[in-house]
Amino acid sequence: MPTIVVDVMPKAELLDPQGKATTSALDRLGHGKFQNVRIGKRFEFTVDGDVTEAVLAEVRKVADDVLSNSVIEDVVAIRVDGTEVAVTDAADGEAR
Amino acid sequence: MAVRIGVPTFPGSLDDRDAQRAIRIAGAEPVPLWHADHDLQGVDAIVLPGGFSYGDYLRPGAIAAIAPIMTEIIDAANKGMPVLGICNGFQVLVESHLLPGGLIRNANQQFIRRDQKLVVENNDTAWTHQFERGEDIIVPLKNGDGGYIANDETLKRLEGEGLIAFRYAEVNPNGSLNDIAGLTNERGNVVGLMPHPEHAVEPGFGPDTPAAMRSGVDGLRIFHSAIEVIAARV
Repeated sequence: MPTIVVDVMPKAELLDPQGKATTSALDRLGHGKFQNVRIGKRFEFTVDGDVTEAVLAEVRKVADDVLSNSVIEDVVAIRVDGTEVAVTDAADGEAR
Repeated sequence: MAVRIGVPTFPGSLDDRDAQRAIRIAGAEPVPLWHADHDLQGVDAIVLPGGFSYGDYLRPGAIAAIAPIMTEIIDAANKGMPVLGICNGFQVLVESHLLPGGLIRNANQQFIRRDQKLVVENNDTAWTHQFERGEDIIVPLKNGDGGYIANDETLKRLEGEGLIAFRYAEVNPNGSLNDIAGLTNERGNVVGLMPHPEHAVEPGFGPDTPAAMRSGVDGLRIFHSAIEVIAARV
């Protein structure tokens, strides 16, 4: 059963309060060299059968419509059994 | 016949009973609705209550926005039914795309509870027409994810078209862009705000005001506004 992984990150230009708090905690522990911590989400799920183009299109749709909110987040990566695939349909033609 | 206002309860809604109570105090009949139903029971308006629907899993309001009852609420809102979203209800409205933008964790990471001064920026909506434009009101605020954000283009449109219903006054408690506390849609029937007008409807149980402790009832006019609009229509 193939495993699909979707990575979602808060948009780079937006304040990430969790990341900011973690950055200052690291600094307090003497790890000030690590800057700009940003915290995102990783979704893992399995799917019955082969991951066809149609299934991938459905994964992208779910990633855009449900797993992320495009106002505040970006889908940054989709992987099928560890192999990265495009996060947008080729038909969209729009690079993220 | 009394105006009937529906209040859906989602798993994790907390202020559904308070919203129902506010509707009753304002003179309308509250109608409890259930998240798993597809039935609005013929109500005239909807109040999406505060709380932590679905434990804020995924994103605050995100799972409630795709709950069964929301199909009918989104449809009714698009046809002009007055819909108010309070706190988590506001988050549900932005996740449903009935209002633009998004709400993220408060800038200071704290859950904030305070009696908050707001400025009424738009008094031409179903829920705000009993206020004066520019009027200061005091309504309790209590949230962890109240930081309003939107891209520059959306903010410009909100400002240009007067779609900001309420702005935080004196203190911006959560880092909301342009001090935005609440929004309306273009039509003025859908309004969402982070502070809780349903907790400012009865003397003795409201926010502190300069006049007296717990005396604030500014939230009442939000409900009176919608009731008046509906009653005038019948």
